[in-house]
Formats: sequence, C-alpha cells, structure tokens
Amino acid sequence: MDLTTLTYIAVGLSFALYIGIAIWAKASTTGEFYVAGKGVNPVVNGMATAADWMSAASFISMAGLIAFLGYGGSVYLMGWTGGYCLLAMLLAPYLRKYGKFTVPEFIGDRYYSRTARIVAVICLIFISFTYVAGQMRGVGIVFSRFLEVELLTGLIVGMGIVFIYAVLGGMKGITYTQVAQYCVLIIAYTIPAIFIAFQLTGNPLPQLAFGSTVNGTGEYMLDRLNQVVTELGFLEYTTTNKSTIDIFAITLALMVGTAGLPHVIVRFFTVPKVRDARSSAGWALVFIALLYTTAPAVGAMARLNLTDTIQTGEVGAEDGNLVYEERPDWMKRWEATGLLKFEDKNGDGRIQYYNDANAEFATKAAEYGWAGNELSVDRDIMVLANPEIAQLPNWVIALVAAGGIAAALSTAAGLLLVISSGVSHDLLKGTFTPNMTEGQELMAGRVAAAVAIVIAGYLGYNPPGFVAQVVAFAFGLAASSLFPVIIMGIFSKKVNREGAIAGMLVGLIFTMGYIMSYKGIFIPVLIENVEANWLFGISPEGIGVVGMLLNFIVAFAVSKVTAEPPEHIQHMIEDIRVPKGAGGAVDH
Amino acid sequence: MDEQSAAYWKRNVKLVSVLIAIWFIVSYGFGILFVDALNSIEIAGFQLGFWFAQQGSIYVFVALIFVYVAKMNKLDREFGVREDD
Repeated sequence: MDLTTLTYIAVGLSFALYIGIAIWAKASTTGEFYVAGKGVNPVVNGMATAADWMSAASFISMAGLIAFLGYGGSVYLMGWTGGYCLLAMLLAPYLRKYGKFTVPEFIGDRYYSRTARIVAVICLIFISFTYVAGQMRGVGIVFSRFLEVELLTGLIVGMGIVFIYAVLGGMKGITYTQVAQYCVLIIAYTIPAIFIAFQLTGNPLPQLAFGSTVNGTGEYMLDRLNQVVTELGFLEYTTTNKSTIDIFAITLALMVGTAGLPHVIVRFFTVPKVRDARSSAGWALVFIALLYTTAPAVGAMARLNLTDTIQTGEVGAEDGNLVYEERPDWMKRWEATGLLKFEDKNGDGRIQYYNDANAEFATKAAEYGWAGNELSVDRDIMVLANPEIAQLPNWVIALVAAGGIAAALSTAAGLLLVISSGVSHDLLKGTFTPNMTEGQELMAGRVAAAVAIVIAGYLGYNPPGFVAQVVAFAFGLAASSLFPVIIMGIFSKKVNREGAIAGMLVGLIFTMGYIMSYKGIFIPVLIENVEANWLFGISPEGIGVVGMLLNFIVAFAVSKVTAEPPEHIQHMIEDIRVPKGAGGAVDH
Repeated sequence: MDEQSAAYWKRNVKLVSVLIAIWFIVSYGFGILFVDALNSIEIAGFQLGFWFAQQGSIYVFVALIFVYVAKMNKLDREFGVREDD
C-alpha cells in the first residue's frame, strides 16, 4: 500500500476512535462539562494531562530545536517538566480542595473581588487563544504535508473533530479522548526513536543510546557529535553561548508558566480527592517524561545522522561532501515542501553544510573552496523525517502523522474548554447574568466552545505575527499574572484584594510591555532584540520571571498598607490547607 | 486556626521547602549554575552537567513528586485529616 493510503487509514482510524469516545462520554451537567464530574482516576487524569500538555510544539518541533541548540535546548527540557513539581506541591491539591470549576473563580473568591476574577479571565482568554492558534496551525500543516490536502481543508477537518468531542463531551469527552491521543502520540514518537537508537548504537533505549558508543567507531555518541560539529565551525554540542542568567531566567519562566497555565491547572479539578490531585501530577510527569527524556536523544541522533549524511568524508577534502545528485530520497521529498533547501554556492555539485556565521572558521572554509553554507534545514522536519531517514516502513510514517495530529488536537481541545468555561462560567454566570439556569449555562458553554473553535481556526489559517512568539508570550503572562496570585492565595493569609489586583496588573503590564517592545507584537519594534539591550541580560523569553517577582513585591507591599482580608476569607484559606472535607465525585 | 491544623500546616510547609530545595539544586544548580564544573566529570558517555540538564533533572522531578505524595499521605493519616477517615 502506498504512503498516502496508509496515512489516511491511520489518521481515519484515530479519528473514529475519538468520535466514538465523544459519543460515549456525552456531558449532561455543568459539573461534567467543566470538570468531568470530578470522577476521573488519577492515573487516567495523569495521562490526559500529559496529552493536554504536550502540544504540536513538543511533538514536532522540540527535538529538532534541541538538535540545533544542543545544551541550549535544555531550557525546554527542564522548563517544560519542572513546573509539575510546583503544581503537585504548591497548587493542585489546594485548588482541588477548594473544589469549584475554574481558575478565575478561585481568584475571585479568594480575593473577594469580581474585578480580580475578570482580570484573571482576561489573562486566561488571552493566554489560551495565543496558544491555540499555534495548535490549529500544527493540525493544518500535518494534514497538508502527509495527506496532500490544502491547509484550509486540513484545518476544517481538525476543527470539525474537536467540535464534535469538545462541544458534546465537554471536559468528560476531552479527558477520555486525551487518553487515547496520548497512547497514539507516545507510540508514534518512541517507535522511530527506538529503531534509530538501535541502528546507531546497538542499544534500543534512546535514553541509554544517548550515552552509548556509535556502532563501528568505539566513540561515545556525544563525544563524536562534539567533534563533528566543531570541525564544521559549529558550537560544541554540549555547551552554549547563551549567558547563564538568561538560561536560568528562561528555564524558570517556563517552569512557573507551566504551573500557571489554566488548561493544565484545571485538569487537577477533575479527580475525586485531594490526594489524587497530588499523585495525578506525578503520573502526568511520568507520562510526559517518557517523551521528554526521549526527545534529547532523538535530537542528538538526528544531528549526527544529518551531519554524517552530508559530510561523507574528511572535512575539507575535495570528495568529502555528498554529491547533490546522489542525495537520499528523503531529502528529495522534503525539498519538495520547501523546508529543506539546497543552493550550490561554489558550483561543485556537492553539498556543504557548515556554520558560515563563524568568523574564525571563515578562513578555513575559504581554503576548502567553500562559498557559504549551502543547506538550510527547517528544524521542524527532524521528527517528521526521522522514520524516513531511518528507512522505516511506511506504516511508521503514517503513525507519526497520526501522532502529530493527536498532539495538536489534544492540546487545542483543553485550551478551548478553559476558554469556554471562562466565558460561560466566569463572565456570564459569575458576573453578567447570574440568574441563568444550569441548562442555560451548559448551552452557553457549548456555544462559547463552538465560537472559540471557529476563532482558533481563523487564527490558525491567518496567523497574526505573534503566533511564532507564542512561547514567550503565553508562558510569560501565565508566570507573571496567574501563578503568583494563586500561590499567595494559598500560602499567605495577609495578601488582600487590593494587593492581588495591583500585583496582577503590574506583572502583566510589565511583561507584556517588555515582550511587545522587543518583539514588535501589535506595535513596531521599539528596542532592538539583542543581548546588549536586555534588562539584566534577560531575553523576552525569560522576562516573565521579573514580572513574577514584581507581582509578588507589589502584592505584599499594597496588602501591607490596606485592610486585611475579612474573617471568612481567612477561614476559607485555613480550610483549603487541609484535605478533609473536600466535595467528592459529583456523579460518574 | 486550631493547634492541630497549625502543626499540620507547619509540617507540610517544611516538607515542601526541603523538596523544592532539592528541585532547585538539581535543575538550576547541577544543570545550569555549576554545569561547566560538572561537565569535567564524564560518566558512561555523558558529561555530568549536560546529563543533569537533559536527563537527570527530569528523573529527579518525577521522584520528588512521588516522595511528596507518600510523605503527605502519611502526614494526613498522622493528623487524621484524610478525606475518608
């Protein structure tokens, strides 16, 4: 069977599974729609959280990013896992004990303020929309590349599938489809990794192959990688040229941002007990770690394979580089997509791939007769092209396509649900139309989800300039606005309404302002985005940390000079600190 | 807040402080601040600092959460605040 047919079968079967689950898990109450009736087993919730969390970026882009950044890619590995420790120990159990439906609802109750709730909803909607636009784009790209359909057709199919299970099933439908999506994506990710690890080192476990010797050389993979990339003028794989403070700040911003992302937090509202919320965060991280410890191995192996494919012989030798006409088939296929480009600058018919931005290497390159780097590789193709590079059978490639779509859809659905509950529960029921019945609220939630899907699809098709900067933006905002007020709401009895609102606004405005002025989002670039211009040497990706500190400082200072929180709020805080007395499963 | 709850909360905060300190040392300490020093040690094909940054810290994160779960469950029982007691 040819690849396209196989891919249609793999993707079609996975869709049939998701829709089947949606019909089985139809939500009939607001409790089921928002938090799956609080009856989800902690291990199952861990798996759903992992799928919710791992987006198109984790599945498609991360390993390629690491392949080209080397040690510098560690910020994503640590940053996107370490936040689960914060979630497990500082947030999830207490928010589960509080026992309501949404994050803004907690902020509104704890700070006895409708304004605080509305500020939180605005942060939530903004964070979630920036993030979801990237997911829909991911769905469209996978569709158009593997199924050879138009981007728009791919987007519409993806929107239709999410519509069916998110609108019908709400959180209950999403939870069980996410479990299925996790299984699809982790199998799709690990199978090619295992094959490549085995081919390259003889050890099938990517995590161990990473530190093994390369077949036929007796050299450790990382030593060999360091050697081959430096010979071509690149930075040593296991080091970085970024400053320590920036690496530190970016990692911390990603960790804290993770713990402040509403679509992740809300997953811990769905388990029956406080202690389930604790263990569920652990299970989530186990399932995430399966992919996140494989990814750096995939990155290193891909980099080595790519370099060895191009640099077939001695660096600088006349016949040391791959002849363009003899390039492997996978390169031809990816050239057709424009994501891999070759330009024969010195006219020798061979491909030279090296770091032409390295001034010290330039004289050597000139001696070799090289006239600039001739190959540009989009980092996103590393994972997608992996099975082809390893010459795996077509069904593995089809599976990777289904896995990429699963990763994007599961994250999109989780985000759409928090947007819809923010609108129907926090804005409508909680603020503007408090008299609506449960049936009306449920209908409002479904309509809000449907509208959000259409907007997300539109943003995916016509991405505003800032989609590429989603990471900096969504994480920076979550770290500087939502995370601090939730933490203070649990761990301090003194922080009050005025402090929380002032803190959130200062953190939010500072972080948004900083990112916007350097990256030119919505406004023209005000300050050139180079290290010399950064505040304390911290790039826009890491600036959420400073925003977070400002939020804490302002909140404590303002609370000190204004009235203490009322008696009943102090009792509420005492109550959420103790597990006993949490409302159990609604019905399931 | 009665004495029992205050004591429970104090023990909870103490446990979390210790675990977060380990969390910090492993990721920010071994993986970032002291990465160059640790990279001079090479074990089983890995420079140690690099290994902590790309593998080790993630394993430690998982372990920390399960230690937290076990210790908190014990603490809940000790103070009689388990949900189904």
